[in-house]
Amino acid sequence: MSSELRYTANTQQENLFARYTGTGHADITKHEWLVHQQRDTLASIAGHAPLLSFLAIADGEAIGRAKFEVTEKMLQPCGPPPLKDED
Amino acid sequence: MSPPGSPRLVDSFSVPKDVLKEFEDLAEEENYDPFAETASKRQIASRQGDYHNRRFERVAVESADAFKAAEDGTEVEGGYKEAMRLSRLEQEEARVHRAIQEKEREDREAGKEKMDLDRTPPAAEMADVAAELEAAQALAESMAGSKRKRRWDEEPDAAPADKTEETAAAPKKRKSRWDAAPADEPAAPAPAAAPVKRSRWDQTPVQQDTPMIPIIMNAPGVMQDDKHNRYLTDEELDLLLPPTGYAIVTAPPGYAPSVAPRRFAASMSTEIGGFQIQESSDAAAVAAAAGLAPELPTEIPGVGALAFFKPEDAQYFAKIMKEEDETELSVDEMKERKIMRLLLKIKNGTPPVRKTALRQITDKARDFGAGPLFDKILPLLMERSLEDQERHLLVKVIDRVLYKLDDLVRPYVHKILVVIEPLLIDEDYYARVEGREIISNLSKAAGLAHMISTMRPDIDHADEYVRNTTARAFSVVASALGIPSLLPFLKAVCRSKKSWQARHTGIRIVQQIAIMMGCAVLPHLRNLVDCIGHGLSDDQQKVRTMTALGLAALAEAAAPYGIESFDNVLKPLWLGIRQHRGKALAAFLKAIGFIIPLMDPEYASYYTKEVTVILIREFGTSDEEMKKIVLKVVQQCAATEGVTGQYIKQDILPDFFKSFWIRRMALDRRNYKQVVETTVELSQKAGVAEICNRVVNELKDEAEPYRKMVMETITKIIATLGASDIDERLEVRLIDGIIFSFQEQTTEDQVMLDGFGTVVNALGIRVKPYLTQIVSTILWRLNNKSAKVRQQAADLTSRLAVVIKQCGEDQLLSKLGLVLFEQLGEEYPDTLGSIIAAEGAIANVVGMTQMNPPVKDLLPRMTPILRNRHEKVQEASINLIGRIADRGAEFVPAREWMRICFELLDLLKAHKKAIRRAAVNSFGYIAKSLGPQDVLSVLLTNLRVQERQSRVCSTVAIAIVAETCGPFTCIPAILNEYRTAELNVRTGCLKALSFVFEYVGPQSAYYADSVVTLLEDALTDRDLVHRQTASTIVKHLALGVAGLGCEDAMMHLMNLVWPNCFETSPHVIGAVMEAIEAMRVTLGPGVLLSYVLQGLFHPARKVREVYWRVYNTLYLGAEDAMVPFYPDVSELSEGPNDYGRHALEVFI
Repeated sequence: MSSELRYTANTQQENLFARYTGTGHADITKHEWLVHQQRDTLASIAGHAPLLSFLAIADGEAIGRAKFEVTEKMLQPCGPPPLKDED
Repeated sequence: MSPPGSPRLVDSFSVPKDVLKEFEDLAEEENYDPFAETASKRQIASRQGDYHNRRFERVAVESADAFKAAEDGTEVEGGYKEAMRLSRLEQEEARVHRAIQEKEREDREAGKEKMDLDRTPPAAEMADVAAELEAAQALAESMAGSKRKRRWDEEPDAAPADKTEETAAAPKKRKSRWDAAPADEPAAPAPAAAPVKRSRWDQTPVQQDTPMIPIIMNAPGVMQDDKHNRYLTDEELDLLLPPTGYAIVTAPPGYAPSVAPRRFAASMSTEIGGFQIQESSDAAAVAAAAGLAPELPTEIPGVGALAFFKPEDAQYFAKIMKEEDETELSVDEMKERKIMRLLLKIKNGTPPVRKTALRQITDKARDFGAGPLFDKILPLLMERSLEDQERHLLVKVIDRVLYKLDDLVRPYVHKILVVIEPLLIDEDYYARVEGREIISNLSKAAGLAHMISTMRPDIDHADEYVRNTTARAFSVVASALGIPSLLPFLKAVCRSKKSWQARHTGIRIVQQIAIMMGCAVLPHLRNLVDCIGHGLSDDQQKVRTMTALGLAALAEAAAPYGIESFDNVLKPLWLGIRQHRGKALAAFLKAIGFIIPLMDPEYASYYTKEVTVILIREFGTSDEEMKKIVLKVVQQCAATEGVTGQYIKQDILPDFFKSFWIRRMALDRRNYKQVVETTVELSQKAGVAEICNRVVNELKDEAEPYRKMVMETITKIIATLGASDIDERLEVRLIDGIIFSFQEQTTEDQVMLDGFGTVVNALGIRVKPYLTQIVSTILWRLNNKSAKVRQQAADLTSRLAVVIKQCGEDQLLSKLGLVLFEQLGEEYPDTLGSIIAAEGAIANVVGMTQMNPPVKDLLPRMTPILRNRHEKVQEASINLIGRIADRGAEFVPAREWMRICFELLDLLKAHKKAIRRAAVNSFGYIAKSLGPQDVLSVLLTNLRVQERQSRVCSTVAIAIVAETCGPFTCIPAILNEYRTAELNVRTGCLKALSFVFEYVGPQSAYYADSVVTLLEDALTDRDLVHRQTASTIVKHLALGVAGLGCEDAMMHLMNLVWPNCFETSPHVIGAVMEAIEAMRVTLGPGVLLSYVLQGLFHPARKVREVYWRVYNTLYLGAEDAMVPFYPDVSELSEGPNDYGRHALEVFI
């Protein structure tokens, strides 16, 4: 097949994907991927009003407080990143 | 055979002998190069005019890096000061030169008188000369030790010594940079000579030891070292002159040669001239290079094969032309040779060679250093025999290298500018863009302060060419670094008291900024206007003119905003048009023309009235430029809201028509266009009738270009405003004039035809009384001898058909239809195409039932014409046939349609897409009227043919038949045809199916189950293309049935598609990925995620890569929707990291 396609279409697509937060690649670590999942989940809760009020009622907090906490948690949802291996 | 004895009959003709002889003679002539003429046309320098070639006269100076100073603790202002001194000197030189010429001229004039009187010159004159001499002497002394000009032929090692000496000796006090006159600076020592602290962030390393040679701006052709130009040696003089009677005189004690004496040894080694003066190149290479001229090498040691090699290249690249022992070379020499090799590869190499060399030179740019690189690149760019391609490549090198070198480039800014600035005024658009890009990158690398100090001396350069290019370069700097940062400088320059040239250039910079940046000047508009506004009352006329042009450019860029910024200049502008004449007036008018449209209506009206008096006075000007500007200003004034039609009618139109609606204006293309545009603009206010009344009589003028101008104006006016304003009297004159000019035209072009069509269509039903006359004209012209005339008549018929029908003149239409029908035997394809199109237009308005000739006669006549290969004919006939198939298929027997179907297959091979599309659509219409079976069988059989394009079009046609007649008519046939053992047919069937599902959309839900078995087969086929096409079908199917309850079938197909995700062939993997993405829509992201999760952390990287790509598309497509489907991984938590998603575990 034409080499230009191999070098443009697919690689370009991958470069394009890499520009977005939350996308992954073959060398991603467990931690990184799971942090993205957590953030997506929290963002989803903060963004959908019914989910947010559900959480607020369950926690017995004000909706604003619940939202604030959810947003704050996005900073380090799974705790600090594990130390890198020496190699 | 000819009878014996008769002269032998030759059966072939060849070139006459004398012609052959001529070529032989030419070939024998020594050094005759048949391509010489075309080669010189490719050369940029030979193409361009004197003005552009002034670039060869420029002198570049080294821009000392002011930031380097902090390094050695001394204040270095050398570069800038040097440059200013040089430019002062040049100005002085030019002034003295002018003065001398002036004096000589005066002397010549006064000479006769003086001789008559034979008296001693008056004391005053003597005193003048003495003063002049004294001044010159003082000047010479003041610059003793420093250089006058950098030239090629001066000794290279003198310069740096001077400079260091000077900078060490006299550290100068800093003055305002803008107006500093270094020549008269006092040599006062700086207070305590405390080194100024400078930030180190952008310091450059100290330059290497080898002194930089100023690059020459002369081409080697005019070099003094050339053997034709050099001075005679003593030996040669001995030979020439008689031995007695001559003595060699020693130079007077105070004599300082203006040109440094040449080192003879050096000039011997550089016999052939060129740019290697600083090199101690050896004689062998030079001889080789010189001897190489007739037969040039294409193999250079260490470079390899080249695409071409010019004699000039041999001079530049002499050093690398021969083998040499690399161990003897120093590091710098090695580096130099390396650069030369790379440059030669880039400039003359084949594309792959060029590509690698370019990458190498970019990667190693910092190792090579700015000096060695630019010393090689820049002279090449100033070569007179440079061609576009070479220039483009070298400019590209500079661009790449600049990016890498960054601030190392500082010392070479001026040299680069001297070479690149000419690109900014090149006639080639792409050259200008390249130039802009380089200068913009250069300014980002060197920084604003350095750019300003480098270019400042050129701002009031004596040569207009230098000032012009510098102004353009400054505008590029402004757009690269932002207008605000340059504003203080611009303000200072525009107010410079030292020289009017500086003010002129400053204002020109503002003008160029406006032209280049467009509406981006708006935030700084007031500042820019204030910056140049005072120039309107400057005492130099050139400055005033340039100010007006600058204001015009600013107003044009700012339109329609920003009138408040121009408040301050309105008064001087409007006063100015009363004071000025000629060029200055033209510029002022231009500025006013651009400012008026920005104003509020009442102001616009007032100011227009003010300017109209002057405009009307200038209507009678004989100056072409003024004419154009006046027309443009009238157009701009007429377009503003505040100017009423009444005013235009009374005050402008009479004089306007008297001066501009004359035959002479139609002869020049640009005047013609401008007059038409202005008149159309005036008509928007004055009305159709007013203007048409004035020009309609000219339709019968004897000059054809003039008639055309009238016709074009009327066409444009009526096209925008309609014909309701035209009264009966005018209508008669108009139609009469149009028929006259249509009949009288000798050059057939679109203007008359368009005009006729537009006017008649605008008049509509009112044209009825004239139709008989018009149609008889057409009929008469349809039988004309000239094919062009017949074609035009047919074209006119197509345009008039609608109106004739509106007027109820069906009789005329059927008459025209019959005549056109008889003309179908036309032999000229262009004309035939027009005739068929006209017949189609008539059939369109009359309808198939009333069509005369009847459709059943017309169509069989069209069948053979379909075989015509001419595109216009094909397109016209396929449109006509498609129309008949759409509207009146029942009038034609089925057998005839089948015949046409077969002919249509050929049209599927047409090059023009419009034809293929029309043919494919016709299949749909025909299938609708005949029933799909027969058409379908034709199309399915056509899948067996060889040509791919034909097969592809057949599949599209099948899909269209399916769309028009319902998928149930086609899908069984396709499924059946798929069982054929032939590969092409099966692929064709799959393709057809893919188009079918693409076209029918949600209807696919009824057929999803029926095609599953076929897709099973195709998706498990060994053939890649089968799987690819099947994936495409799955994609269209999945998108079509989304939300329609076919999830079971889709899940099954998903399982078949999924294993293909490891394909590597780009088309296949593309199709598979698209199918998978379509599945996300139908099955939902949750299902897809469960597929993907299997391989995201697979041990094999190849697998992971593919799965992550799918995951990413999934993620981007349905990020939020995936949240509920992520697996619970809380058991992976370890130490401080808690991976559980507790927010989801909450319930009430």
